[in-house]
Amino acid sequence: MDLVVNGVEHALDLDPRTTLLDALREHLHLTGAKKGCDHGQCGACTVLLDGRRVNSCLILAISQQGVPVTTVEGLGTEREPHPVQQGFLDHDGFQCGYCTPGQICSAVGMLDEVARGWPSAVTRDGDDGPLDDAEIRERMSGNLCRCGAYANIVPAIAQAAGR
Amino acid sequence: MTAVTERAVGAPLGRIEGPAKVTGAARYAAEYPVENLAHAWVIQSPVARGTLDGVVVDPTTEDKDLLAVLWHGNAPRLEESDDPELAVLQSARISYRGQALALVVARTPEAARRAAQVIRLEITEEPHDALLTADHPGLYTPEQVNPAFPAVTESGDVAGAFAAAPVTVDVTYRTPALHNNPMEPHATIAVWSGDDLVLYDSNQHPPGVAAAVGAVLGLPAERVHVITEHVGGGFGSKGTARPNAVLAALGARVVGRPVKLVLPRQALFSMVGYRTPTIQRIRLAAERDGTLTAIDHEAVEQTSRLYEFAEQTTVATRHMYAAPHRRTGHRLVRLDVPTPRWMRAPGEAPGMLGLECAMDELAERLGLDPIELRVRNEPRVEPESGVPFSSRHYLDCLREGAERFGWADRDPQPRRRREGAWWVGTGVAGATYPTMAQPSTARVRALPDGRYEVAVAATDIGTGARTILTQIAADELGVGVGRVHVRIGDSTLPMASVAGGSSGSASWGWAVTGACRALRESGSEEAVYDSTEEVQRQEKEGKHAYGAHFAEVRVDADTGEVRVSRLFGMYAVGRVLNPRTARSQFISGMTMGLGMALHEEGVLDPATGDWVNHDLAEYHVPAHADVESIEADWLDERDRAVNPMGSKGIGEIGIVGSPAAIVNAVWHATGVRVRDLPVRLDKLLPHLG
Repeated sequence: MDLVVNGVEHALDLDPRTTLLDALREHLHLTGAKKGCDHGQCGACTVLLDGRRVNSCLILAISQQGVPVTTVEGLGTEREPHPVQQGFLDHDGFQCGYCTPGQICSAVGMLDEVARGWPSAVTRDGDDGPLDDAEIRERMSGNLCRCGAYANIVPAIAQAAGR
Repeated sequence: MTAVTERAVGAPLGRIEGPAKVTGAARYAAEYPVENLAHAWVIQSPVARGTLDGVVVDPTTEDKDLLAVLWHGNAPRLEESDDPELAVLQSARISYRGQALALVVARTPEAARRAAQVIRLEITEEPHDALLTADHPGLYTPEQVNPAFPAVTESGDVAGAFAAAPVTVDVTYRTPALHNNPMEPHATIAVWSGDDLVLYDSNQHPPGVAAAVGAVLGLPAERVHVITEHVGGGFGSKGTARPNAVLAALGARVVGRPVKLVLPRQALFSMVGYRTPTIQRIRLAAERDGTLTAIDHEAVEQTSRLYEFAEQTTVATRHMYAAPHRRTGHRLVRLDVPTPRWMRAPGEAPGMLGLECAMDELAERLGLDPIELRVRNEPRVEPESGVPFSSRHYLDCLREGAERFGWADRDPQPRRRREGAWWVGTGVAGATYPTMAQPSTARVRALPDGRYEVAVAATDIGTGARTILTQIAADELGVGVGRVHVRIGDSTLPMASVAGGSSGSASWGWAVTGACRALRESGSEEAVYDSTEEVQRQEKEGKHAYGAHFAEVRVDADTGEVRVSRLFGMYAVGRVLNPRTARSQFISGMTMGLGMALHEEGVLDPATGDWVNHDLAEYHVPAHADVESIEADWLDERDRAVNPMGSKGIGEIGIVGSPAAIVNAVWHATGVRVRDLPVRLDKLLPHLG
């Protein structure tokens, strides 16, 4: 099967049962996407699929041939981090770091959803001001952090959002 | 060496591994590229008690990629271990539901998982008992509680004091089973070369894992090399070797190639430990002015058939408040349940829930402010042992915290403040955690490029240890942090203690300090320092960190939904080595405390012995939307007695007392005392009408 990850095409011969997450981790050795629950319950495996955030543990790799996949490795580098990555560094938005790539990919996807005007469960009619903390918390609730860095992740994302 | 005036310790240095973590470059146990790797899947017991009589691999479903199925009928024999949980695949006896009964090894993860689904276990099931009750006939008093405290203490005339007291409180608080649930599941890659074993393993103590795995395999610890560069959280559940490390090693031995075993999330609920549920009876006797005359705190807990773990639930009560007559105790029952183990602040976390909620109830009974009640019962020395405190600024935490939080204008009556649909209330509770240090060894080398390599077999499970050790070394060597390279996470480095008991920075920092001083004094290229003697020579003093937690909650009058709108912690923890990572540690513990108060509950079905809610959808850990304002700050405390840095442990104190502050705030908001955690809305709703 053909997977396009971070702009690079890969031809892989995989068991059709292989999830996108396992394809990334076990076969392409892109281990930034993490396996926390393998059931779509924790968000650690979040990657961007054609720009939209998804739980890669719930997706079969074979179903996404040719679709551009972006992982945390494709967002920025240690020298030139993505603004969301920089926000996490500036606000100590992580401790153990295991949920972090998923949080970061999720935040990138989430900010794009906001830019498109997609509402969340806490959006009220006529809300068009800057992204507030309640919106960030609601929209990021699919990404669990057991270290409890939430109070730092929210300002990290707010900074990246230009707030 | 030139002295630099700017001290690294005390500065908010960013995490050394931060850039690697945010870009996905940091490698965790299951992420090492290993040639010819095979994949394992563990088969867990579907019954709570019985025997495994056979394992049947149906040839019609056998996968071409299947390499081996190991169980007690064919697995290599292991040596005896102090930890029966590591004697995997050795016996027909099934001690709990979820116990590892077989290991499937295959060429691919998909094939391993599929094979595990179709393999048939032949089991003789036996009647089981998995229900903890306060009057269980099997209750007994253990010889000691974790790690080595007496199970029972008693002084004075408790019965007489209660009979004579004008005011008493007699309440029972219950805490449920709680699951550590680090985001990174327990994982091991085992690679043999001859009789040498390399384990890439997720744990909190590489030398301990090397020794424990070596012992069961009949290998000296130095033949087992444990690599633990980054750890995706542990919270106690990775404090010692867990079955995954031994299973992976056995699998790799049998198939003759490296094996990776990552436990599925569901398996973490039964295979790696959890916090026991507790049933705590707390009795307080007081004079009318609030002076305590007696404290009696007894906890009922469970452990497994396989291993006795006795959580030290009432130990904090031994030194928290003054009272002439006092008793604390623990009783355990062995059930057909998974083995409970360490979870963040074992003992203090559940015990201070009981004590601090009971103190709130006493304050209500006396018509006294809960902070003033605590002020009136401040001990001058440790009440049971009589030894002085090395430093104790508990009341300062309460007073300063009250000032910052805005406690002064609080109406002491409950159910008075209504804001729209919400009942609003505030609560306070104390926090304490023992200040410990354990022997460790560190090595420092002057490198040819002018940098220094500091090596100690510590781990950074998210605490900031790598960063803090860099700061400590930089100051001791008199150089900037950029010239210090800290190596940790490898069992072949100089021996370090466990990343547990909030003792990492103290223990490893002590050794690093010693090594750096030795290097400076000797002027040599390399120095090694073993802190054992100095640590063991410590004065016998009451060494504890203290804090005060304040919570503001809102309870929806129609639905009973509880929101924590503010949670504030004020701490006295000695010298704070890095305010940035320290603050994260505090809010981390408080966030887990919020989960303990409102969300987390491991539900064990007594009919099956199974955790009903064994995943992250049904076992609710706090999510982004649950956490509103959480803040922490600390007093400037100096304590030279504890260790060379003057620091106290901070990784666990945030979960101690914060649940009680929330529960007390729920009472203040609604007038409802919930004595059975978590505070679910169904426990409030009947009383809100």
